[in-house]
Amino acid sequence: MYDFIFKPFNEMTGADYKKVGFKSGLEIHQQLLTEKKLFCRCPAGKYTREFDAEILRHMRPTLSEMGVYDGTALMEFKTKKNIIYHIKRETVCTYEMDDTPPFLINEDALDIAIGIGMLYNCNVVDEIHIARKQYLDGSIPTGFQRTAIYALDGWIPYKDRKVKIVQMSIEEDSCREVSDIGHDRVYLTDRLGMPLIETVTEPAMKTPQEVAEVAWQCSKLVRSTQKVRRGMGAAREDVNVSVEGGTRVEIKGVPQITLIPLLTYNEAMRQWNLLRLREELKNRGITSETFKAESYDITKLLKKVHYAPLKNAADLGMKLSAVVLKGFKDLLHWQTQTDTYFSKEISDRVRVIACLTNIPNLIHSDSKSDTITSADWLKIKKFTNAADNDTMIIVWGSEDDVQTAVKEIIIRAKEATIGIPSETRQAMSDGTNGFERILPGADRMYPDTDLPPKKITKEKIQQIKSWLPEQFWKRIEWYIKLQIPKDTIEELSISPYAELFKKAVNDWKINPTTIAVFLIQYPKRLRKRGVTTEWLNESMFEEILKSYADKKIPQDALLTTFQTVAELGMFTEEVIQNPANEKEVDEMINSAKSDCYKMTIYNQNSKSILLMGMIMKKLRGKVPAKVIADKIGFSNK
Amino acid sequence: MAEINLEDYKGYRGVALNTLQKFKTPIWSDVEILTEEGSFKGLILPRSETADEFHIVLKMPIGYNIGIAAEKIKDVKIFGRKEAHYKIPEKDFPYDPKKPNVKLLGTGGTIASRLDYRTGAVIPAFSPGELYGSVPELADICNLDTEKLYGVFSENMGPEQWIGLAEAIGREIEKGVQGIVIGHGTDTMHHTAAILSFMVQDSPVPIVMVGSQRSSDRPSSDAALNLIHSVTTAAISDIAEVMVCMFGPTSDMYGLLHRGTRVRKMHSSYRSTFRTIGDIPIATVSRDKVTPIRDDYKRRRFDNDVKVNAVFDDRVAIVYYYPNMKPDMIDSLIDNGYKGIVIAGTGLGHVNKPLYPALKRAKEKGVAVYMTVQTLWGYVQMYVYDTGRDMMELGVIPAANMLPEVAYMKLGWAFGQTDDLEKVKEIMLTPIAGEITEREPSNGYLIYQGGLPEVEEFIKQYRK
Repeated sequence: MYDFIFKPFNEMTGADYKKVGFKSGLEIHQQLLTEKKLFCRCPAGKYTREFDAEILRHMRPTLSEMGVYDGTALMEFKTKKNIIYHIKRETVCTYEMDDTPPFLINEDALDIAIGIGMLYNCNVVDEIHIARKQYLDGSIPTGFQRTAIYALDGWIPYKDRKVKIVQMSIEEDSCREVSDIGHDRVYLTDRLGMPLIETVTEPAMKTPQEVAEVAWQCSKLVRSTQKVRRGMGAAREDVNVSVEGGTRVEIKGVPQITLIPLLTYNEAMRQWNLLRLREELKNRGITSETFKAESYDITKLLKKVHYAPLKNAADLGMKLSAVVLKGFKDLLHWQTQTDTYFSKEISDRVRVIACLTNIPNLIHSDSKSDTITSADWLKIKKFTNAADNDTMIIVWGSEDDVQTAVKEIIIRAKEATIGIPSETRQAMSDGTNGFERILPGADRMYPDTDLPPKKITKEKIQQIKSWLPEQFWKRIEWYIKLQIPKDTIEELSISPYAELFKKAVNDWKINPTTIAVFLIQYPKRLRKRGVTTEWLNESMFEEILKSYADKKIPQDALLTTFQTVAELGMFTEEVIQNPANEKEVDEMINSAKSDCYKMTIYNQNSKSILLMGMIMKKLRGKVPAKVIADKIGFSNK
Repeated sequence: MAEINLEDYKGYRGVALNTLQKFKTPIWSDVEILTEEGSFKGLILPRSETADEFHIVLKMPIGYNIGIAAEKIKDVKIFGRKEAHYKIPEKDFPYDPKKPNVKLLGTGGTIASRLDYRTGAVIPAFSPGELYGSVPELADICNLDTEKLYGVFSENMGPEQWIGLAEAIGREIEKGVQGIVIGHGTDTMHHTAAILSFMVQDSPVPIVMVGSQRSSDRPSSDAALNLIHSVTTAAISDIAEVMVCMFGPTSDMYGLLHRGTRVRKMHSSYRSTFRTIGDIPIATVSRDKVTPIRDDYKRRRFDNDVKVNAVFDDRVAIVYYYPNMKPDMIDSLIDNGYKGIVIAGTGLGHVNKPLYPALKRAKEKGVAVYMTVQTLWGYVQMYVYDTGRDMMELGVIPAANMLPEVAYMKLGWAFGQTDDLEKVKEIMLTPIAGEITEREPSNGYLIYQGGLPEVEEFIKQYRK
């Protein structure tokens, strides 16, 4: 079954992904554009790395409702991290510090969230209940995120099908991590508490490209409201990936949609290769029952080693341990992802759980790179009684950390005989991913006893409908019928001016193409000319279009008028040039003809073009070009 | 028709109750609810009694709860029943003959309870086994025995509980424990600390009150660390006084040991809410050691002798003076048979002139009136202004730098012993446990003002 070998990314086909049973779904996090945070009145969206104060906390696992500790919770406690929060007075109050209970939910944020839910065709719940979702990594000082499901069961169109939206929740954003070195993890708190929605799709995507494309669809939907934040970090995707026989693994916090295809490809490959590794182990007779590993203290044995990391460790009085994985020879060099091997799975765990954050944090006998000498390996082999088909791993650090590391190495190696551990993994810039934490279960959800349930009233829904844009795919359908230029369709469908477009077409009866080009292309043309377009607002677009509809501005003067408005930063009646009367026109034509007559023109064919140009230069905006052309008998063929 | 057991529909009323009954779906039913807008799968939960009557609470398989409008429900399919029983795992608390024996007395509050989120009920995590299950570090410190005296919120503590608590402490000391920890809600912890300081005198061992500002069901809770600090204090410190042991800074760093008569809750929600007023705390405490920061505390002894004087007359009151207060506030206390009044006056201990006739009447009726300051820091000084002197003429007795709540507790305790106003006065003005101090040290009043460069520098440097 596992005879398929992953090809390079560019060579993988839909059929290949079908072979491995690729399946992926999205959890899209999107910050909402509000003035204030979700559960306190701090300003939202003010980022700075500066800070006025810091506080120190520890996270302690609490019992779940079923009376057990959550798996992730326990792992985080194993790591015994000092969590340090950097606090900037302007962006953080005592709520974020977990020294004040929450204030009532930000209604603006809730309105935007519900509006987006409605665009996704979801059912909005009648009463929302705020829950606490535990996070013990310290990314939220309370140790939990306040979150609530407010919409369920929606869909978004994709190709010729509908991708189901399972649920939508509104929640507070977490801290930004500054560093995580040894036992100290440092966070910035400015982002903490900002309103965020999470949209969960069903795992309906069958190739990495489909995942990205659906993400784009969702991105367009939220942007069409004009009420979400943009820019780096404002939208972050968690991507769930599995292959046939694999496990749902979550790649957390992908900051850009363009990274998704390579990341999901690598995760699928990782799972597939780990399943192949399990087959290989089985062939070697190693199963979870027969799995064997031993550990040895080799601190004294390697006293005179030259390999720098080990030498430093020895100099610092650290402890060195060797773990022997029975029958694992060469398997630490088993490929998992692009240029990434099984040893990375183990090293990641040691880094996160045993807090051995200096890389390399372990070396092993399958490594082809230079570490310790073969004589030293031999020494260890003798000391540990390792056989030829065993693999040896060396790990170093403080006594406690090494103890945790040894346990974790053995746990991860043994997991290889079982399959793919349920994990959340972090996205790397090279398209691979690394271990972040064990995937938490439903055990970590608790109702928030600090806040009452909130009823979503009919009045609220009505009020939201009043500003909600039309679904962008419906707009696109209409645009296609109107035959507006293709390159304007997509942008216009999520543009803040889409409603203006509709009004101009339906009420003012302007040619749709003219409006589309005006709304979408003209601002770009002006920017190319170096004109600042930042000050343009909807009323300016509207005034110009209305004047155009009233025939106060001729078609060929649209762009110049627009430029004048952009440069002035306002629309006034003066930007509309008075139309020239017939006498002025005739005078201008005669004067141009006489100028033209004086010139030496070799190509007689271009004479009329030149003449037309000379006249238009003077009369543009005052007379439609067609009137001039008719008068001078110019036809532009 | 069969009788309806309302427990089966806990918290539901009105439309929601009718709907649940109509579809015969008691709470904990595993269901699929069909509505006009789609179907929802999950578990029907009890509803908070304060919530409205129009919604039904459903726990979805992913763990989130939602409320569904009862009127929209068309049908309910029932798959079964899954009642949750929230239980804290118990492990035997290990016994080590070499370790000191500490007794934990519980009165209620968040240090010794967990919330059952599904029902909203408070479930005590209190037996040694349960505590060991959630704070295993305690076993490294001592042999712990526990006794749940009461299960009340701190605001519901009263004379009955204070007396019972003092007597229980007496019993434990006579039995020979090496230290006592009292789990208590934080709101009135300083009241209880004060009364215990008077009721239990010359204790040979530490008596440590502890609570938490963030409940123990939260990962960021201060409960575990407070408990570790308090048990450490009870087990190894040589401070044989009634103390409050709570966070020093808001960071997880160290606890402070405050003298029971000088401590006050000063913030409604901060972890570091307890402060020693007008003095400095006795000591700091970390996970493994107690570091005194003053020397004038009562030392641990190795006998089992203790004086317990557990009496309280609750016909005493505190009056928090405000400008324009009318004399009827005082009159009503006199008319209702109160024996003593503690006034928290303005500034050095003042009230307005319109109150004088009422104060005069109090004197005539034999009601004791003591003056404290609502500034909390500083002494009552009634000689400085004429108003003060006038009031003393009217029989108002200055209570030095006793905190208003402490004066209240002490007055109730004094009246519990005698009705002789002279004797009461002698009891009131004779310091027993630091409630009145002869001098206020220059570092006894420190409320830093944020925004000042030197304060900001300090805050940045230390994790306060």
